[in-house]
Amino acid sequence: MSAATEAAQAPPEMRWRVDPFVLLAAPGLLYLAILFALPLALLLLQSFRDADGHFSIAGYIEFFSDPINLAVTWRTFRVAALSTLLCLVLAYPTAFALARARGFVQSFILVAMILPLSVGVIVKAFSWSIVLRSDGIVNSALVFLGIVDQPIRLLFTETALIVGSANVFLPFMVLPIYAVVRQIDPSLSAAAATLGAGPFFRFFRVIVPLTLPGVIAGVAFVFSLAISMYVIPSLIVGERHATLSMLIARSYLFFRDAQLGSTISAILLLIAIAVVLGSSLLLRRFEGTRV
Amino acid sequence: MTRTDRVAVVLCWLFAALVVVYLLTPLVVTVIVSFTSSTVYTLPPPDWSLKWYERLGRKSGLMDSLVLSLNLAFLSTVIALIIGTAAALGVQKGRFPGREAIATFVVSPLMMPGLVVGVALLQFFREMGLRDAYWSLLLAHIIITLPYVMRTLLASLQQFDFSLIDAARTLGMPYPTAILRVMVPNLAPAFLTAGLFAFLASMDNYPISIFLTDARNKTLPIRMLQYLEETPDPTIAAISSGLILMALIALMVSARTVGLNRMIQ
Repeated sequence: MSAATEAAQAPPEMRWRVDPFVLLAAPGLLYLAILFALPLALLLLQSFRDADGHFSIAGYIEFFSDPINLAVTWRTFRVAALSTLLCLVLAYPTAFALARARGFVQSFILVAMILPLSVGVIVKAFSWSIVLRSDGIVNSALVFLGIVDQPIRLLFTETALIVGSANVFLPFMVLPIYAVVRQIDPSLSAAAATLGAGPFFRFFRVIVPLTLPGVIAGVAFVFSLAISMYVIPSLIVGERHATLSMLIARSYLFFRDAQLGSTISAILLLIAIAVVLGSSLLLRRFEGTRV
Repeated sequence: MTRTDRVAVVLCWLFAALVVVYLLTPLVVTVIVSFTSSTVYTLPPPDWSLKWYERLGRKSGLMDSLVLSLNLAFLSTVIALIIGTAAALGVQKGRFPGREAIATFVVSPLMMPGLVVGVALLQFFREMGLRDAYWSLLLAHIIITLPYVMRTLLASLQQFDFSLIDAARTLGMPYPTAILRVMVPNLAPAFLTAGLFAFLASMDNYPISIFLTDARNKTLPIRMLQYLEETPDPTIAAISSGLILMALIALMVSARTVGLNRMIQ
């Protein structure tokens, strides 16, 4: 084997054998370590320093003592959670339909999942701002159907933000759930039925647990995208309902306040890290060890 | 099937239909708006016209931005495919501790807040003395593309039967030839899929790029948002429709050669 020959050729002073696969992995891993992990770690450190370079959490105290910032943080969480929930509610049944579909219908649904990824977030958010305008088609339809008497304001509302962002993130929820749904053996449900399990028992005790890995992966991914989205809220709701990301952009690009910027960045970063670690722990619990 | 089951199936189809309409709405709106004769976005358009397509070339800087974005997306995808495939192989086949943690780490950039990564990189590049916008953007875009490659390749390598290479060697193939003739064709769908998704992610990135651009190096999303804020007219819709068409063609080709189901694994 080449591993053995390479090890034999290694200089004798090397006490331990270097796995050649480590060398193969090195460029990619070092790249991410130096240009991704290190800059983020430095930013995190910076948020815990005051102007003199001493350890301090003054930035955080200052940030959280302002009620406006608290409101923004709460809104960011709420919008991200509702957007994730909307994605989940729409994606879960769709994944089952996708798994049952065959031929052209399945291809069509899959294209509808993948093609929107080719349209930039900017264009999508902008399209929604056209659709949701007071003279847009949603309002016209609502008036035509008699649901409302006159056009209601949709744009610049949180509802618009949730509808627009869930639209962008939906494929990232459907695809992981579909990946687990289509591996479920259909005879499992039949077997449970033979054993006398009713439809609800079969769904909640047999099917749902099997789809949990896909749900966890989808929810974690969509939530982490939704909590840090920037382009969508700035086009759909503007400054009226700022989110944490918009505060970051504002403090760096307009106010040039690096201290405040790094504090908010660190908060978002810690949330994202918690989501990554939490979801990977949960996934490991539910589907055994991977890799 | 009981009645409850049938109702559930019908509901699933209804949701799927709703989701398809929901997902395609912004694309359809974009394409319709691009053919309007009006300078404002009204739906349905008062009349049809191709004038926004004719104006594409005249819009200052738009073509430069498109070229820059294509350039960055192409180079960062190619580099990510090379170092990412090697890294995926190393992580999958190597014997060293912490491989699971590493596998989580390498795909984690997908879930990190883009603006924060952008700020962190900007400060890091300044510290290192790198001020050139193009190189900053290229280095940053590899961080966007690399996790897509790693994620797809790790999943594909997990399913690749490495004893095939040994079999080819037993049959007299030299090691490099065995890799080239056995493993590369097997992983080709993964390369295509990872490449496509990585390319699209790089083309679309705004939050990381915004911190690294300068007046001469503006990527397409940055230029488009700037136009939308300054002089919103349907030119943006026209260029987006062009990109949708390109993606549709790329998707059709990939679907033909790889199959859509393999693409989304």
